[in-house]
Amino acid sequence: MSLHRKLSYSLAINEALHQVMSMDSSVFLIGQGVKSPWYVGNTAKGLIEEFGESRVIDTPVSENGITGAAVGAAIAGMKPVVVHPRMDFMLYAMDPIINEAANWFYMNGGRANVPVVFWGIINRRGEQAAQHSQALHALFAHIPGLKVVMPATAHDAKGLMVAAIKDPNPVVFIDERLLYSFEEPVPQEIYHVEIGKGCIRRQGTDVTIVAVSLMVHEAIKAAQELFNDGIDAEVIDLRTIKPLDRELIIDSINKTGRLVVVDVGWRSFGISGEIVALIAEASFETLKAPIVRVALPDCPAPASIILENRYYPSARDIAQAVRSLL
Amino acid sequence: MTLPKDILRDLYKTMIIIRFFEESLVEPILKREIHTPCHLCSGQEAVAVGLCKALSKDDYIFGNHRSHGHFLAKGGSLKALAAEIYCREAGCSRGRGGSMHLIDPTVGMLGSAPIVAGTISLAVGAALASSIRKDGRISASFFGDGATGEGVLYESMNFAALKKLPIIFACENNLYATHMPIRECRVNRSICKIAESFGIENYEVDGNDVLQVYDMAKKAVGVCREGNGPVFIEFLTYRYRGHVGPDDNIHGFHTDIRPREELAHWLEKDPIQRLERFIRESHIMDEQELQSLKREAGEEVRDAKSYAESSARPRTEEITNYVFA
Repeated sequence: MSLHRKLSYSLAINEALHQVMSMDSSVFLIGQGVKSPWYVGNTAKGLIEEFGESRVIDTPVSENGITGAAVGAAIAGMKPVVVHPRMDFMLYAMDPIINEAANWFYMNGGRANVPVVFWGIINRRGEQAAQHSQALHALFAHIPGLKVVMPATAHDAKGLMVAAIKDPNPVVFIDERLLYSFEEPVPQEIYHVEIGKGCIRRQGTDVTIVAVSLMVHEAIKAAQELFNDGIDAEVIDLRTIKPLDRELIIDSINKTGRLVVVDVGWRSFGISGEIVALIAEASFETLKAPIVRVALPDCPAPASIILENRYYPSARDIAQAVRSLL
Repeated sequence: MTLPKDILRDLYKTMIIIRFFEESLVEPILKREIHTPCHLCSGQEAVAVGLCKALSKDDYIFGNHRSHGHFLAKGGSLKALAAEIYCREAGCSRGRGGSMHLIDPTVGMLGSAPIVAGTISLAVGAALASSIRKDGRISASFFGDGATGEGVLYESMNFAALKKLPIIFACENNLYATHMPIRECRVNRSICKIAESFGIENYEVDGNDVLQVYDMAKKAVGVCREGNGPVFIEFLTYRYRGHVGPDDNIHGFHTDIRPREELAHWLEKDPIQRLERFIRESHIMDEQELQSLKREAGEEVRDAKSYAESSARPRTEEITNYVFA
């Protein structure tokens, strides 16, 4: 057994589920398609065989009812993970997620917590159009009482899934199908990545690129390209959207004085705006240049690949944004 | 078969406490001493009391916007309820929830919420938790006729039926969804038949007769405990007060929606008077006993209210406590 064996992002999630479910009989997985790789890839591989259909529950298409059932089970002492293989369908479940789960602990004066994971998968590209491609993390991050995590790497996918399940609060775990085949060394033993902590993926001195999820990889590519041109970019992977790792971002800007924010979501009223506001409030005087945002245009996702290529920013757009500051 | 005296006594006492408590809120609401929106359940006491009496302390219930009665019937503290309605720190939800967010997990009252039908799926989830743990607990979901307009009820019934979950869907049909009479909301007056198409056992019961409610609830609890749930019960009942607050929504008052004759008709079927009559006629308690129960109930309500009125409000510096556990 090699400690350095490589694991794909999706199998890292699968390993997290196997390990947590073995350790804690109150954890169960529920959602549409958990029996079907067509829905959830190999993230649920072997779970039914190991834990049975009472803890790995494939469901009818009833997002509102099923998500509510997960919330109710959490209130009654279980630790459910409810999966939405396309997070667009999670919009049917906004009542149990927001009205109930997010508010429950507060509106009941701390008498009952809701340890549930709402797992939503973004499915960008593939000419899937507006209702199969949306990244809705900012919407959830706006809500008090919800934590939102978005791992970019296999290591963090496992560690954040473990942390999300163990957290006593509702956590929205958002991944991205395009990340599922990304491989890297992942420890075999169970571990967690702390919720609320980002990390520096690349040290640099000239500019800070703050990115999330799939865009972390584009940001790293951009930083490599920029380094060849003599620009030394620091890349921050947020890992958690809420609570935001404010210190990490502020410290980096205090060092570099320049900021490019890269989001997988839309430009307006999203997390890029939140990070810009954070720096405007906490570190305005250290800025040497205006802040630039790289995000989706305020437009629904198109189908045609020609339009998709224009719609989704890449490393080139990030590098260009950085160059505009220097 | 007549029920044992202690059960009848409990049913009676809990119903009068709920009635006295609800009616005691009228004046402070009108005087604006209470601001939190109170959906009074006067007239509907028998449903909460009869059903909860058939449950054990470990069983779960979820309520809705009109849940003062559910909370008390499941064994929640009267003082904690009163303090919550005065939005005090000593309230069951520490003054963060108000009248519509009542909870006491120590007696299986897992919560209530005013999003219509919003807690039905939660109750299904609590039943799912019991079925995964095989702990024998059952779950009851209280909702009104208005909730039959919400899609999540149907999703919840289907899933509960598929998984044979130990849950009682308890629909309190009081004929009005806020201001809307049921005939303007539904083509088919019978609500319990909606459960039929999901293969769920379903019954219609006189919700103003606590003995029938209790009898039906015991049967439903038995079905669920044996693993043959869910069960859907429609309780026919009526609220004396308005949808929210004391305004009684009777012709001549400013909200003006319910005919006086209708209220008069239902007052004749008052659940408390009916049980009282039964107790008298079957000589289970004498007049003196009934009067002393009423006195006790009145004192408990007065004590709870003065406790609430004199207890501390939440501290402003603790406003962000309880966002996260």
